[in-house]
Amino acid sequence: MADMKVDELGVSVARGPSLMTGAVPTKDWQEVPAVFKPGNYCYPAKASMVEYHSKSLPGLFGEPREWDVESDDWKLPENWKEIIINGMKERLDKFRSFKIFMDCCVRCGACADKCHFFLGTGDPKNMPVLRAELLRSVYRNDFTKAGKILGKFAGAREMTFGVLKEWFMYFYQCTECRRCSVFCPYGIDTAEITMMARELLHLVGVGTNWILEPAANSNRTGNHLGLQPHTFKENAEYMLDDIEEVTGVRLKNLNFNRKGAEVLFVIPSADVFADPGIYTFMGYIMMFEHIGLDYTISTYASEGGNFGSFTNNELMKKLNGKMYAEAKRLGVKWILGGECGHMWRVLHQYMDTMNGPADFLEVPKSPITGTVFENAASTKMVHISEFTADLIRHGKLKLDPSRNDNRIVTFHDSCNPSRGMGMLEEPRYILKHVCNNFHEMPENTIRESTFCCGSGTGLNTGEIMELRMRGGLPRANAVKYVKDKHGVNMLSCVCAIDRATLLALMQYWNPNVGVCGISELVGNALIMDGEKERDQDLRFETLPGMEGDADV
Amino acid sequence: MKILYPFVAVIGLMLFAFLGVQVGMDSLFGIVIPYLAFLIFIGGFINKVVGWAKSPVPFRIPTTCGQGQSLPWIKQAKIDDPSTTLGVVQRMALEVLLFRSLFRNTQADVYDGPKLRYGSSKYLWLFALMFHYSFAVIVIRHMRLFTDPMPFFVPILEFFDGILQIGAPTLYQSDLVLLGALTLLFLRRIILANVRYISLPADYFPLFLIFAIASTGILMRYFVRVDVINIKQLAVGLASFSPVLADDIGSLFYIHIFLVSTLIAYIPFSKLMHMGGIFMSPTRNLANNSRMVRHINPWNDPSIKPHSYAGYEDDFRDVMAEAGLPLEKELPPEEPVAEEEQGKATETPAE
Repeated sequence: MADMKVDELGVSVARGPSLMTGAVPTKDWQEVPAVFKPGNYCYPAKASMVEYHSKSLPGLFGEPREWDVESDDWKLPENWKEIIINGMKERLDKFRSFKIFMDCCVRCGACADKCHFFLGTGDPKNMPVLRAELLRSVYRNDFTKAGKILGKFAGAREMTFGVLKEWFMYFYQCTECRRCSVFCPYGIDTAEITMMARELLHLVGVGTNWILEPAANSNRTGNHLGLQPHTFKENAEYMLDDIEEVTGVRLKNLNFNRKGAEVLFVIPSADVFADPGIYTFMGYIMMFEHIGLDYTISTYASEGGNFGSFTNNELMKKLNGKMYAEAKRLGVKWILGGECGHMWRVLHQYMDTMNGPADFLEVPKSPITGTVFENAASTKMVHISEFTADLIRHGKLKLDPSRNDNRIVTFHDSCNPSRGMGMLEEPRYILKHVCNNFHEMPENTIRESTFCCGSGTGLNTGEIMELRMRGGLPRANAVKYVKDKHGVNMLSCVCAIDRATLLALMQYWNPNVGVCGISELVGNALIMDGEKERDQDLRFETLPGMEGDADV
Repeated sequence: MKILYPFVAVIGLMLFAFLGVQVGMDSLFGIVIPYLAFLIFIGGFINKVVGWAKSPVPFRIPTTCGQGQSLPWIKQAKIDDPSTTLGVVQRMALEVLLFRSLFRNTQADVYDGPKLRYGSSKYLWLFALMFHYSFAVIVIRHMRLFTDPMPFFVPILEFFDGILQIGAPTLYQSDLVLLGALTLLFLRRIILANVRYISLPADYFPLFLIFAIASTGILMRYFVRVDVINIKQLAVGLASFSPVLADDIGSLFYIHIFLVSTLIAYIPFSKLMHMGGIFMSPTRNLANNSRMVRHINPWNDPSIKPHSYAGYEDDFRDVMAEAGLPLEKELPPEEPVAEEEQGKATETPAE
């Protein structure tokens, strides 16, 4: 847990010496070195993990070695600067976004106070513009005439170990949430810049274990948790018992790796593993049973989340490729995806380009409503919220929203589905049909302006808990607002990383606010065929009106 | 220092031109440098844009600022999250002409609690709009000097620009607005702690430079009269590649034209290239239709394949069999004992 207590941390956010509070640092930002202390950095990748990835993607992850972030010897290869500069050149030639974003920032500052890490830490280098300048200064020095001629006057500086340390610190204090990009007059997207910086860092073997190990697990076992096929299946099947206890209905159609199913359902694997994701999973499969969907879940492609996208393009592509490969092997017609964040950014923006064409699949058509998902005509992948909203619209779900009356719900737009694919209305439509108490958070903190949970992109790790609580502060604050105003006690979302990280965030800043996926609320509200009178929800909490003597 | 150096640089440029003309280098400042600057501008601009264009846009990465195209009954934000070219054109037009993204701007405050508050903040949008539009009007007005006969819209624009009819010669509002906007943008840069901290000398330099250009221009028009007939003769001459330099134009004019030359030559090498970059920004100029239409990445590497299902089954065949999961290849007759390894990440996964 975070070292600091809520009160302490709160005071330090509101009064600590930082740009956020008007306290201007006395030194120019280029003269402030990055200092690593326990708690402000993620642990480096184990040599075994680097070695593992290097086997299939040679040259992209640097030399496998054990190294210490706090030490001044990162055991870098002798020609590390050359590797970085060459890597930068290669990426400038491969990505127009990178080139343009290096050139046309005018430092107007519109992005400065849009970043949750800046708001929570007050550290000036967390202003998106300065985060980008960390890279841009080197770009100017090595790739622009102005930088070569005018040097410091044009904001150029040489690549040094100090710069590398800054990169490691601040590109792992960016969750690629893209909020700054909404406000930038040129659409400069810090996510792109962070992605490039992380690719460069990996080239010289500077990566974090909490990204490379889950990525290795995803590659080998199919999911980032490293659940082997039998465990994955057992975990999922445990939930059938719980569902039966709550509803009196034994689900029959949960199955795995089944050839010839109509739909392959891909989930974020955390949904079969951890609370509260498991309740979301129950919601999914209850709904599928309710509508009689012919689906299967794969243990081989049992992860939607793509930890490769936090390292480089190549690993992202490699991990993503499993979904199509498995859809082809199983001979399904189309793919349905669960509630996950980065999974959907990768699916929406990269999948078809990287691993398509998916010409062995059909344009998704809901077998229940007949709706053809034209917006997924090429990837052949539909988001569970799109699918569910369509079912509700066509009256195909029997729902009793009053079963969620113990929940006063607000909705967190997860960054990637909202700013990466533009899915804002579907979850809200579902919420309005499955619960009676729904309140939006303040306007500048939702939809395209939504705030990150503070721990995405592989930052969901215990060693940086204080940083995470700071980064999540803007989100927590907006929840606190509706908690105080409307008594909100449930924060719903459509992202598995959110379900993991928001839980810790709420426990810290807003105790008594729970976290759930949308599908959990759907599961609660569903009136299943042959069900008993329900007196508990999926969490075994007593339903309103069924309290008897018990207190809620 | 960040502010002083660029200030001194602009003063230096002015002195340089002034002294140069004093020692009789009129044709250098009046003809050679303007041509040179123009060439550098054109060449540099093209070079930069072509350089950008050479890098592909491998992936569709639009920033979606509203509901995307989805089910037919869900209202799409067609401009903020366009799925068609028409929508993209509208989005870009609003961006380029009205600075829509800046219009969204908010300002965050943190106060005890800690609590965060986000207020609307439109002044950067306003200052930027004032600056760019008055600058555009002034540039167009200058076409009076370079063209003979001048295009019909120039006098119309001049009429409206001087519609308040203050003073003689009539005061152009755009002159005042430009100076005002520059001052506001400069003040913003030094007063706001955030913006001051992120500012580089290269951010102050164009502000001072344009301020100096505007000031010399205004001085010439309203206070220190220069010979407009001769200036027009030179300008038309420059535009028709047969420049004629009269003797008595006045050094203020040379300072003005030298500063302008510096500015246009500086554009391609500086942040002022944002005027070109905005049109090519992949987060803004792409339709959000990546699930509808397949896009091609020219450097996509088809040899990168996922860890194969066969390899996966080889790794886990025994436990899969025991768990009753379907297999592609059945277990060999002599079944090895499956080791129970409960869901732990293995230290050294093997491919």
